[in-house]
Amino acid sequence: MTETMIRTSGLTRHFTVKKQTVEAVRGLDLHVGKGELVALLGPNGAGKSTTLRMLTTLLRPTAGTAEVAGHDVTADPRAVRSAIGYIGQGNGAGHSQRVRDELHSQGRAYGMNAAAARTRAAELIGSLDLEAFADRVVSSLSGGQRRRLDIAMGLIHAPELLFLDEPSTGLDPQNRANLAEHVRRLRAEHGTTMVLTTHYLEEADQLAERVVVIDHGRVIADDTPERLKSAYAGDRITLRFDHDRDAARARTCVLGIADGAVTDLTGATLQVRLDGGAELAPKLLRALDDTLVPVAAVEVARPTLDDVFLNLTGRSLREEAATGSEQKLEIAA
Amino acid sequence: MSTFVSDTATVFSRELRPVLRNPFSVIFSMLQPLVFLALFTPLLPDVLGSDGSALQWFVPGIVVMSCLFGTSATGSNLLFEIQTGSHERMLVSPLGRPSLIVGRALKEIVPMFVQTAIIVVATIPFGFELHLAGALLGLVILAVFCVGLGALSYTLALASKNQEWMFWAVQQTLIFPLLLLAGMLLPVDNGPAWLRTAADFNPLTYVVDAERALFNGEILSGTVAGGAVAAVVVAALGLLVGTRAMRRVSA
Repeated sequence: MTETMIRTSGLTRHFTVKKQTVEAVRGLDLHVGKGELVALLGPNGAGKSTTLRMLTTLLRPTAGTAEVAGHDVTADPRAVRSAIGYIGQGNGAGHSQRVRDELHSQGRAYGMNAAAARTRAAELIGSLDLEAFADRVVSSLSGGQRRRLDIAMGLIHAPELLFLDEPSTGLDPQNRANLAEHVRRLRAEHGTTMVLTTHYLEEADQLAERVVVIDHGRVIADDTPERLKSAYAGDRITLRFDHDRDAARARTCVLGIADGAVTDLTGATLQVRLDGGAELAPKLLRALDDTLVPVAAVEVARPTLDDVFLNLTGRSLREEAATGSEQKLEIAA
Repeated sequence: MSTFVSDTATVFSRELRPVLRNPFSVIFSMLQPLVFLALFTPLLPDVLGSDGSALQWFVPGIVVMSCLFGTSATGSNLLFEIQTGSHERMLVSPLGRPSLIVGRALKEIVPMFVQTAIIVVATIPFGFELHLAGALLGLVILAVFCVGLGALSYTLALASKNQEWMFWAVQQTLIFPLLLLAGMLLPVDNGPAWLRTAADFNPLTYVVDAERALFNGEILSGTVAGGAVAAVVVAALGLLVGTRAMRRVSA
């Protein structure tokens, strides 16, 4: 059992919007061990950001408790704040500030003396590649440059626990890759515990070692991306034939070989969903060859987290991405 | 207590730094009071001042006015930082909540000093007579008032974080009645009774009267004491509601 970094018990947050109570987070129990890299995944409005805001002391829980880095978020918020780093959805730097000045102020805010803050600012300017614009005003920076500055500010006091709220929203693919690279490096070099929220499936899949799927304010699944996929969604083998009757014959053959496979026949295309599909595909092709059913094309697809979400909730995350708005909810509160 | 002082110092110097880096921003914001001085003073009857000079009567009013304009709008900086995410980043840091508003409010004193110095220097060649001791004490009272007004402006920003128009609507609605009822541009002494009563309830009236007395060298007087009390009341009120509003943000 690893050392505990976050432990919540029955964490709940209600908002009152137009005299109606909205239960954004409902009795969340979460445990994050030291050194874990966890993604909270869910559609907009699922409660991930609200959860993050409670864990970072920006929002007081309606009920339940949360202990972060050894301190209770309600009883001792200052101790929690000193221990954690936070990279929010917006840009943390003041627009009229210079990059170096803002890093310096940030260091002072975490109790460093002037000399220590200067040294640390210089270090981060180096490691996050901010040198070229370190003495420029923040409002003159590009989106990607501002995001790097946000990371630098979140790391000023070398926190053992870092929260990232939708870190890659609004970034182009290059800057997104750049951000992922920084996150991985932090883990590798400092063993920083990280909790990030995202509604980008690929991000959760590639970056996180553990994915907590949240929907309607509750945890509905919690495991490694690989295990989630094998538990909640099988591989998908798509076989195409020249004739419809070949596809129908192939279905009988497939069901004979792969027990528990789910098949879907449309015209001359047969879709097979099953666990270990990649390993089974060659065997399947050989069997079809033996029974003289000519296969025109084959494709094996690994399941995505979207398949997981779809199977868990009956809804697709991709469709949800555009609707609902957790942000609006929080501003109103 | 020591963390309160150091946290406040951190917030204060963060706020002040862009001003120091770009002092012209303060000077540009000075154009308006100088235009008022240039265009308004010639219209004033000379009988206004105690020694018959319109400038002697008008300059202290303009000093308070430029403080009023600059400081009451300062909440818009916080409003902008709330919108960009910069304020959230301050809230998630261990800085004490009262310091977040006190440090910001204290910073307002600095541009006020600079502006006053510019107004005085610009008017001396035109016959404004400076009484240094009184003027310095006037600045102290004005500084206290400034901190209170700044805190109120930040409170307004926190209250209108979801609708920016509300900040400007309230600020613009309040600023001109306050300004005119304080007898800053025109004396209210000859106005109708209701107007004089309204002026009596305006704390700014006492501050303006005190500044006039002090800038004309009159130090030990009830007018000055009244101004000092009004400034302290505004400062106490501003810091009280401001601190409470800042504490409530993360509730």
